[in-house]
Amino acid sequence: MTQPETPEHLAKTRRGEAVTFLEAISEALFEEMRRDDDVFLLGEDIGVYGGAFKVTRDFLSVFGPERVIDTPIAEGGFTGAAAGAAHMGLRPVVEIQFMDFVSPAYDVITNYIATSLYRGAGALPLVIRGPVGGGNRGGPFHSQNVEMAFFHTPGLKIVYPSNPYDAKGLLKAAIRDDNPVIFEEHKGLYRAPALRAVLPDEDYVVPLGQAKTVREGTDLTIVTYGAMVHKSVEAAETLAEQDGVSVEIIDLRTLLPLDDDAIVESVKKTGRLLVVHEDTRTGGIAGEISMRVNEKAFEWLDGPILRVTAIDAPVPYSGSLEDYFLPQTDDVVTAARYLAAY
Amino acid sequence: MSDGDAHGLGRAELHALYRALVVTRAAEERLETLQKQGHVTGGLYRSLGQEAGAVGAAFALRRATDGTGDFLAPTIRAAGALFLFGGELIDFFRQYMARGTSPTRGRAANVSWFDFPKGFVGPVSPLGTMVEIMAGITLAFRMRGEERVGMVFYGDGASSTGAWHEGLNFAAVQRCPLILMVENNQWAFSTPTSRNTRVASFVEKGPGYGIGAESVDGTDVLAVFDAVRRAAALVRAGEGTRMVELRYFRRKGHAQHDPQDYVDPALIAEWEKRDPIDRFRSRMLERGWASEEELLAIEEEEFERCRAAAERAVAEPLPHGPDAVLDVYTDTETRRPWTRAREPDPALA
Repeated sequence: MTQPETPEHLAKTRRGEAVTFLEAISEALFEEMRRDDDVFLLGEDIGVYGGAFKVTRDFLSVFGPERVIDTPIAEGGFTGAAAGAAHMGLRPVVEIQFMDFVSPAYDVITNYIATSLYRGAGALPLVIRGPVGGGNRGGPFHSQNVEMAFFHTPGLKIVYPSNPYDAKGLLKAAIRDDNPVIFEEHKGLYRAPALRAVLPDEDYVVPLGQAKTVREGTDLTIVTYGAMVHKSVEAAETLAEQDGVSVEIIDLRTLLPLDDDAIVESVKKTGRLLVVHEDTRTGGIAGEISMRVNEKAFEWLDGPILRVTAIDAPVPYSGSLEDYFLPQTDDVVTAARYLAAY
Repeated sequence: MSDGDAHGLGRAELHALYRALVVTRAAEERLETLQKQGHVTGGLYRSLGQEAGAVGAAFALRRATDGTGDFLAPTIRAAGALFLFGGELIDFFRQYMARGTSPTRGRAANVSWFDFPKGFVGPVSPLGTMVEIMAGITLAFRMRGEERVGMVFYGDGASSTGAWHEGLNFAAVQRCPLILMVENNQWAFSTPTSRNTRVASFVEKGPGYGIGAESVDGTDVLAVFDAVRRAAALVRAGEGTRMVELRYFRRKGHAQHDPQDYVDPALIAEWEKRDPIDRFRSRMLERGWASEEELLAIEEEEFERCRAAAERAVAEPLPHGPDAVLDVYTDTETRRPWTRAREPDPALA
């Protein structure tokens, strides 16, 4: 197969230019499709239109309609079809236009895809990716975080990056992984100017299942992921300046499997744990993390494990409501301050 | 079709068809015995009266063992198709008895097992979902330019699911080389077809998706063979997805636990007169395609094969309990919780 030409906007890293989070995702997809003919894309409006957020802009002209398939509006249908194609040795990447719409595919993901290896039908190497998260005034149907709908399903992996470097490396790792991966991309990060970064001009992956310490500290650990990493870093800076509190921040990067070791190691160092997630509170990942720390590091704790999360409500539309609904930097500061003084 | 028409099938092929019908029934009858003896795990599902649908359809496809043949997604009532695709009789019993030696090593039930070289994929219980899966499998055939055809069975009940619609619509749009086989046995558990759909025949659904559909007497194995062979030729030639409705009647309950007292016994008696094996047997004799002795020999051989396979499978062990942690992921270990160890130890967490 001849090497397809790289459109200008997908060669920024090659030219040494900084890329956004979204461009990092696009580069990962493009480079994986060029590396492996078995990788192909399915999703709504990903071809001619290039995706609702333009993640796959110009992919159709490079790879053609057999590898960039515009699908009917039926997430269950094309996610199931991706599973069938994966059975035959292909490596599909499914785009869910907004991850809120993954729900029609819940049946095939949980009953079929997640159980395939266990049932003896072989692993299904496929990625289901798409935008998640609030703060963009998207309302109840364009703002959800879906990780916990799948966290309870053994057989799946769940990835939720916070920056362009990780996004590119994790997506490549997810595509090369032999297990099914849910890949969440916070749309508030997609074009955030502050996150633009020059990435290594080489083929790198970020292994799944490994958290990353994004800030070292000694008094308190914040475990978080996705967009909340950045609010947590802001909060940590405030606490350092105003309170002299030294906060360690762990970016989970992969939610399933969860990197217990990184969390426990940090908790043993600081003795205090605050979990911060944008997802709603009840049944959020903070509960599971708290339980694991309780099991593995109870004696190291100097205070209760606390959490800062969204409110248990649908995601509201109006900005004043949504800002109140979502966890903000001030909330992290307040909770961390309380915990540090405990 | 005319009764005298063997659709170009030779004597050996006709005998093979008969053999496939007989083994399906013999295997299921053997299962009933095994269940009474307490060997069967979970439900037992009979295809009594539906054997010709599965057998005739599978017989019309190209079967191989090296991953180049056509591809099947059977249902619990299409075991005959599974056998024709090379599913081993003993594995059928192992699966039903959840043996550690079964293809799924005791992880999944009955016909839900897999052999990609032979070309079959076991169903997931919401059966409409298999249309989505088979859409993808046949999409891969089309993308790779392979002249392979997929066939997915499902019941009249599964035709009501969203997954069925989404999978079919996707397959139709993508011109996936897929044949949908709707087993219209008139019952979805206790719910009659009239409460699952307002159409009189499932072929009426085909045009809604822009695909060709045909209805066939599912108790007539040659009629089924002929209809599916025609469908497969069209699909293989690039027409894309097609549908074939099998009309017959579920003569036993949904599973063995279901006495089917919601069905008029007169109706069951009426359908007994149209038993697919009796029908084909009579025709074979009438047309001189086989002698009574030949048919008896086939029956005895298949009965004995089932007895022997079942006997072997019964003697095999259940899976090792701790194997329950294996194969959740390809690369990530799953462990039994430390609090369930005989001596709980947080170091094991």
